[in-house]
Amino acid sequence: MAVPKRKMSRSNTRSRRAQWKAVPPSLVTCKRCKERKLPHVACPTCGTYDDRAVLDV
Amino acid sequence: MPTPAKGPRLGGGPAHERLMLANLATALFEHGKITTTVAKAKRLRPLAERMITFAKRGDLHSRRRVLTVVRDKGVVHELFTEIGPRYENRHGGYTRITKIGPRKGDNAPMAVIELVEALTAAAATVSEAEGATRSAAKKTTAKKSAAKKATAKKVAAGADDAAAAADLAEEAAQEAAEDAAAGDIEGADEAAADAREVADEAAEVADASGDPDAEKAAGDAEAYAEIAEDAAEDAKKES
Repeated sequence: MAVPKRKMSRSNTRSRRAQWKAVPPSLVTCKRCKERKLPHVACPTCGTYDDRAVLDV
Repeated sequence: MPTPAKGPRLGGGPAHERLMLANLATALFEHGKITTTVAKAKRLRPLAERMITFAKRGDLHSRRRVLTVVRDKGVVHELFTEIGPRYENRHGGYTRITKIGPRKGDNAPMAVIELVEALTAAAATVSEAEGATRSAAKKTTAKKSAAKKATAKKVAAGADDAAAAADLAEEAAQEAAEDAAAGDIEGADEAAADAREVADEAAEVADASGDPDAEKAAGDAEAYAEIAEDAAEDAKKES
């Protein structure tokens, strides 16, 4: 089995991990309740999508 | 014909995937609406719609084809007696997938897949007319389609125009009534005249298109115009 020959330095590890970045989700305003919600997804606040009740809130 | 699924099977193997999809389809026909992951809902849709197409055909052979997937005879009976006939006027598109965001726990994107409501015969003809208008619009280069497009557009637009006119007439009638109540005879008269004009226009559009919906809307518009005129007359009498 192939194994690493050398210890990964702290610097290299941290350089790699420096690229793990959280991205803020792009949100839109719900047509019905004006809350912020994910696009193309039923609104978790009022439970509707396209003015159609989808979730029980 | 739905395109074959790309990528890995659901579950541990082809048989596992078949079983999972069969269970999902059974649950969908039993409850009419189920919550699952987006990936499963997307794979379930073509299978469930094929089952409904079999149910619409309704003969013994198609029933046996469905029974190879949905093993529950009670669910198959419901599918053939209730769900199939419900979609008589629909040509495909019997299910709706709505995304409902990530699941707590593993952040899997979830969705609700449900059987859509039945389509009335009138709505079916309207959507067909709209489709004809759209396809006609695409063929603007072809001379033959020009005439067809005009008629299709008239039918589709006729109903909308007449309905809009009915709304306008209603507004005018309300205005007339308000003016009459306030003792403003001239305003009431004017509003009544507006309503009458709009109603006449609606009637013309409806006649040209020959659409029963449009004619009905035109009738509504005329009724509103009459109400407006009555209100104006009342105002005159009172003064």
